[in-house]
Amino acid sequence: MSKFRKKGGSGDAPGINTASLPDIVFMLLFFFMVATRMREVTLQVKVTKPGATQSVKIASEDRNKIISVYVGQPTKAQLYGTAPRMQLNDVIADVKDVGPFVLEEMNRLPEADRKKAFVSIKADEEVSTGIITDIKEALRDVDALKIQYGTRKTAVLY
Amino acid sequence: MGRRSRKPLPEINSGSMADIAFLLLIFFLVTTTMDQEYGLPRELPRKVEEKIPPPPVKERNVLLVYVNRNNELLVNNEYGDVKTLKERVKNFIPNRTNRSDWPEKDAPEEYGEDGFTFVFQKSKGIVALQNDRLTTYKTYIEVQDVLTQAFNELRNELAKAKYGKSYDELSELAAKGQTDDIQEEANTQMHAIQKAIPMAISEAEPIKSK
Repeated sequence: MSKFRKKGGSGDAPGINTASLPDIVFMLLFFFMVATRMREVTLQVKVTKPGATQSVKIASEDRNKIISVYVGQPTKAQLYGTAPRMQLNDVIADVKDVGPFVLEEMNRLPEADRKKAFVSIKADEEVSTGIITDIKEALRDVDALKIQYGTRKTAVLY
Repeated sequence: MGRRSRKPLPEINSGSMADIAFLLLIFFLVTTTMDQEYGLPRELPRKVEEKIPPPPVKERNVLLVYVNRNNELLVNNEYGDVKTLKERVKNFIPNRTNRSDWPEKDAPEEYGEDGFTFVFQKSKGIVALQNDRLTTYKTYIEVQDVLTQAFNELRNELAKAKYGKSYDELSELAAKGQTDDIQEEANTQMHAIQKAIPMAISEAEPIKSK
């Protein structure tokens, strides 16, 4: 066995060269910077979107035209109770707030995008449809007629 | 000047570079998402003053789909099933056998432009979707999905018959066609199909729970 041992070498293993570690990490960093986008809100309601086979993917250039309305059970039950509520931007709100919220968000968009803007109702699959209907009525009141039901893309239904 | 350049510059210690990069990496991992957004696009009906009566719709043109609070389906006042609903709609809307209790059709009309025209009889059929306030959203979307699927398949069939490509293929081409001409062409054809078979789903206000 001793013929493999280097002459005069100490028993310690040589340290691994970590000079290229920053390069590797930077590469990962750039990948994530390019492939992902910023989270817009921190969800305060639980939303599991229902699955639909005919879901249409929203093109990346249309992302800024989405006005999101989240509906679901609040995660902080002590504060907001267990009944389904809706979240607009970062606040838990009621149906009466939807109209003003949508108008305000519309005004924030550049004028050219306003006609193409749409409201995406991202609701949990367990909520009852009543609250969704109320939202739709509120949207009709402010003439925001383009909507989308936020869904998950599923392959087969049956 | 000469004195400084004679000495070699000390190298900057880059040992902590990896730490800085890791920190940035972790920051981006936490604050960004990768998930894609999907949805079912719909157009809500415009709110009209109640004095104006809605245009009369003949009963034979409407397929009434009602989802109750137990997530059961009623299709034209009979028990229905989500699994058979698609075929039901696909037969009902085009009314190929000209049944008297299924929708009427418009007079033959020309659809499309720029040499991609075809003559087609547009159906007057509408699917009216009604739900209870206590219907689960999941079921509601499931029904919406099935209805969308039915209309998309009708469009696929028509596009295949008239242009040799399915509607899905056309929309793919319109978005990612190799040249502008191909995109333009697919777009024209897509609009013609859309006009011939509109997504006639009416979402009426729900029936009040008693």
